[in-house]
Amino acid sequence: MQFYEHTLDNGLKIVVELNSSVYSVAAGFFVRTGSRDETPEVSGVSHFLEHMAFKGNDKYSADDVNRIFDEIGANYNASTGEEVTMYYASVLPEYLDKTLELLTVLMQPSLAQEDFDMEKNVILEEIGMYDDQPAFTTYDNLMATHFANHPLGKSVLGTRESITALTSEQMRAYHADRYKAGNITLAVTGNTDFDTLIKLIEKHCSSIPAGTCDRDLPDVFATEKTEMITRESSVQQHVMQMGQAPKGKDSLRFAAELLGIVVGDDSGSRLFWDVVDPGHADSAELSYNEYDGAGTWMTYLSCAPEDVAANIARMKTVFEEVNKNGITAEELEQAKNKVASRIVLRGERPMGRLSSLGSNWVYRKEYCSVADDLKTVRAVSLQDIDALLKQFPMRLITTVGVGPLQELSLN
Amino acid sequence: MATQQFESFSLGNGLRVIVQPMSAVQSAALTLMLPGGSIYDIPGKFGTGAILAEMIPRGAGQFSARELSSAMDNLGLQRGVSGGVGYITVSAATTADRLMDAIPLIATMVLQPHLAEDQFEPAQELVLQGLHALEDEPKQRLGHYLRACSYAAPWSNPAEGILADVESIQLADVVNHHKSLILPNETVLGIAGNVDVPAVKEALTAALGDWQAGDLPALVTGGTDASPKHVEHDSTQTHIGVAWETVPYRHERYFEAWATVSLLSGGMSSRLFTEVREKRGLCYEISASINTQRDQARVFAYAGTTNERAQETLDVMVAEIRRVHEGITTDELDRCKARAKSTLIMQQESTMSRSSSLARDTLHLGRVMPMEELRSKIDALTVDQVRDFALEFASEKMALVTIGPQQLDPSCINSVSVAS
Repeated sequence: MQFYEHTLDNGLKIVVELNSSVYSVAAGFFVRTGSRDETPEVSGVSHFLEHMAFKGNDKYSADDVNRIFDEIGANYNASTGEEVTMYYASVLPEYLDKTLELLTVLMQPSLAQEDFDMEKNVILEEIGMYDDQPAFTTYDNLMATHFANHPLGKSVLGTRESITALTSEQMRAYHADRYKAGNITLAVTGNTDFDTLIKLIEKHCSSIPAGTCDRDLPDVFATEKTEMITRESSVQQHVMQMGQAPKGKDSLRFAAELLGIVVGDDSGSRLFWDVVDPGHADSAELSYNEYDGAGTWMTYLSCAPEDVAANIARMKTVFEEVNKNGITAEELEQAKNKVASRIVLRGERPMGRLSSLGSNWVYRKEYCSVADDLKTVRAVSLQDIDALLKQFPMRLITTVGVGPLQELSLN
Repeated sequence: MATQQFESFSLGNGLRVIVQPMSAVQSAALTLMLPGGSIYDIPGKFGTGAILAEMIPRGAGQFSARELSSAMDNLGLQRGVSGGVGYITVSAATTADRLMDAIPLIATMVLQPHLAEDQFEPAQELVLQGLHALEDEPKQRLGHYLRACSYAAPWSNPAEGILADVESIQLADVVNHHKSLILPNETVLGIAGNVDVPAVKEALTAALGDWQAGDLPALVTGGTDASPKHVEHDSTQTHIGVAWETVPYRHERYFEAWATVSLLSGGMSSRLFTEVREKRGLCYEISASINTQRDQARVFAYAGTTNERAQETLDVMVAEIRRVHEGITTDELDRCKARAKSTLIMQQESTMSRSSSLARDTLHLGRVMPMEELRSKIDALTVDQVRDFALEFASEKMALVTIGPQQLDPSCINSVSVAS
């Protein structure tokens, strides 16, 4: 594995990890923009814009973009989150030239009115689709409640109302502001050589306009609140809870990831043995999530409505026990083994490495090879876990439920 | 590109093993496909296989459930046991150096599960919870109904069971399911990764050599549920499923079937995506794929759309399916081929996906199809072949299932005469 970094004259940051033992190459633009960067008037624009990117420009129509990606056998897509919008493709190395050209087209779409009007329907359908997934509804409302009055509380999809009211002029203004080269990182992983690659990148990506933009990183004052969204026709109850955890740049994040696995992994964790294994719930999990200037502990519980109170109490007992007495050396070692094998397996495919390479650069301007990641995980000690628990105990202050229950008492 | 090498062998009890050594990777993965899926569930006891899959990891041999889980976690073993329609599948992956230690643990789990009284109720409860959760997920439920309306029993038996039956299943049923079905001579094991074949063979012989062969019971056959079917549900979208018959993987014309479905739904330039989503903005999600059993197969197509646009979505979707034989171009077929070939090559980067292909090929074809053979079969496809297949296998009456607030007019699923 070889790592390179480079910056084009327009400010586009490039990070590359070469690996000659794989068959494919993956490339992805990581645009540092998402729902947290939106004003309320344009709620959902980042995600809508991600769809519009595939509608092409003067040279390539929407049909051309999809057709050519398919012609070269690309595995390609895009995703939008609270903080990053990502566009990626993995291909066989001989198609890298075309791939970089098309990915760059996605960065500079025409945003034609006709396409905008048609795609609006698709976005409204996507909102409808997630509406039928209770776990998603729970998550969306949990973020909005926990991060009330904070940018991270904004919905990625937006609402039917905000999408219906959105204009193409607003989208163009947002695009011009956020899709500047200085706000974008291009990550490339897999089988190619650096000299060829950099020439291709210069050829295609120099057209992205120069410039940078800012992001507010206000402190989080999380809301201590319980909110129930009643759906009488639902069978199961979904409950998610959230509390504060290390921020994305905090070195305690590795300890947090391991503690999340010990306490809340989907199998073999404390929650698994106390709640799922006995058949009390079909899911009871806890995970650590890192953000730009924030971090969360997040739990998910899915069970029969009449069992919710007892299960929340069981989960609380687990958290309080860990907050008080920490975890054992054996538990930590098992979590390290789990994480290590996940890192190795994911790292074997260029697509698996792409997200890690790009995210590390966007969030922290750092490069971590698979070997670096394994070393970091191995180095986490019980003292680190204790320090973490002291600073960020698992105290879940925000609760959102979706399902038949009208109220939930947490005491 | 490096040519693939496989080694296949059988243990004395008939267990078929296929190993693909992959020297460029650090990991190794295995896929063990055990007979015991829902096709063997007895009517009135639908869900027996699902409970067995849930109970298999709950203690085995000298290990309690926690000890077994702990021992596997210590090896960093990512694993899952899932009850399907035809098989119960055990999949596992870790770094290659640890696979040898994992094999005896997996063998103990599969051959000597405790299936203990105190574990039965929690396992049964979890299968019930899964079924309750399904009630709230219209898209998942749709798959369940579409299967029942397009396959005859036992191929329509739901892998996840049914509520009324699961409650009446006894531990003895589960024990019997394990005893009568988990047989080496009907099982295949695929292993892919940075492994040494003689060492794997030795470890497997020691761990699985004493497993006793036997005969599988006869399948209980039955009918197909009536279609069109509408299930009323208080959902935002109407979920639409359409199914029709096609040829299975082992059929000589399978690749023509694959190309037909790929024209409809392979990539974002495919016909359903273009016509239903891109040109009309009718839905976010639309797809079609082949569901293949060993001797029969169906195409399942899905779209989810808001209720007021559901009728148009269904009509446009079915019209596109009906006219798939029209106007096929070489370029269009070439795109399908390019996608398939690149997927095939990239699959070589994943031990998990290779091990499952090894097992699946062996079950369906009795051998592993080498990548070169697959490539040449895909390359050899012509527009004429695909068009002829689409015409010959056009369905007279498709199965239709909808879930949502309102029933749709189903008349489009009945065949109009197809002009060639």
